[in-house]
Amino acid sequence: MKIKNKLKQITGSGYFLISIILIYFFLFIFKQNLFFSSISFFCNIFFKIIPIFILVFILMALTNYFITPKFIMKHLGEKGIKKWFFVILGGILSSGPIYMWYPLLADLKSKGLSYGLIACFLYNRAIKIPLLPIAFFYFGWKYIIILSFIMIIVSVIQGIILNKLMEVKNENSYSVRRKR
Amino acid sequence: MKKIKINKKNIKEAIIKAGKGLLKALPMIFGTILLISLISVLIPKSFYTTIFSKNIFLNSFIGSLIGSISAGTPITSYIFGGELLKQGISLLAVTAFLVAWVTVGIIQLPAESAILGKKFALLRNITAIFLAIIVAIITVLLLGMI
Repeated sequence: MKIKNKLKQITGSGYFLISIILIYFFLFIFKQNLFFSSISFFCNIFFKIIPIFILVFILMALTNYFITPKFIMKHLGEKGIKKWFFVILGGILSSGPIYMWYPLLADLKSKGLSYGLIACFLYNRAIKIPLLPIAFFYFGWKYIIILSFIMIIVSVIQGIILNKLMEVKNENSYSVRRKR
Repeated sequence: MKKIKINKKNIKEAIIKAGKGLLKALPMIFGTILLISLISVLIPKSFYTTIFSKNIFLNSFIGSLIGSISAGTPITSYIFGGELLKQGISLLAVTAFLVAWVTVGIIQLPAESAILGKKFALLRNITAIFLAIIVAIITVLLLGMI
């Protein structure tokens, strides 16, 4: 029973790691040269990213301290173009898993936030300030700045597209209901 | 000058939350780096060049598709994308892969559909797959110009 309970506690990523370790275990037994080459490759990457992880941790703690869901909810209530601006900023600054934000967004939807603004918020969650050091390390600051800038613009475009599409879909379902 | 009030309890909570967040991501990060290391040793670079042909649209489409079905934290996507780039895969395909990884949520689709609506969730994810290709093309073009 105890083993069963402990197995239940293992997450999907835990199973992923265990299966990879098992592959390495078999490699160690049957193909030692492949095992050692892979481990040396692993160490090479791992030691390079340790300092970046420390920086990521500090930035994550700072974001958690200053940017709370309450802070973001307060500013999402702005009007006009300001609303888009705060939705973009809210998306970028929000932290935690994405599904944590669904109930809050659904609540804001019932209070008048459009589907487009919700989509824009979710798109901008892809831009993570605490993870910038690791992104710079792999791709360089020039690439990441250009990518982030394009993503912000595209998030607004996706918002506008979704507003239009949801409007059309809603109108269609409304007319079908009326015909009935 | 206005003084910033520092709440010790909130600082502790913020540090614990950050630690938990990173710790939660660690198995996936370790697993990904181990997998990448194995793949890098096993598969020759020439293999990737056969999958990712010279056609830029096909390249970015494949990248976007793989990114859409992949799951994990953005840190993993950066590590994976960065290593793919080192293996010789085009920046266009890697960019589409990165953007799709973080903007398309196939795994979260059931939760998103249940809370925000099925139509919205489907339309948002489908448009995000195609927008990842557009973002990749514009980014690579701009990077070449600047």
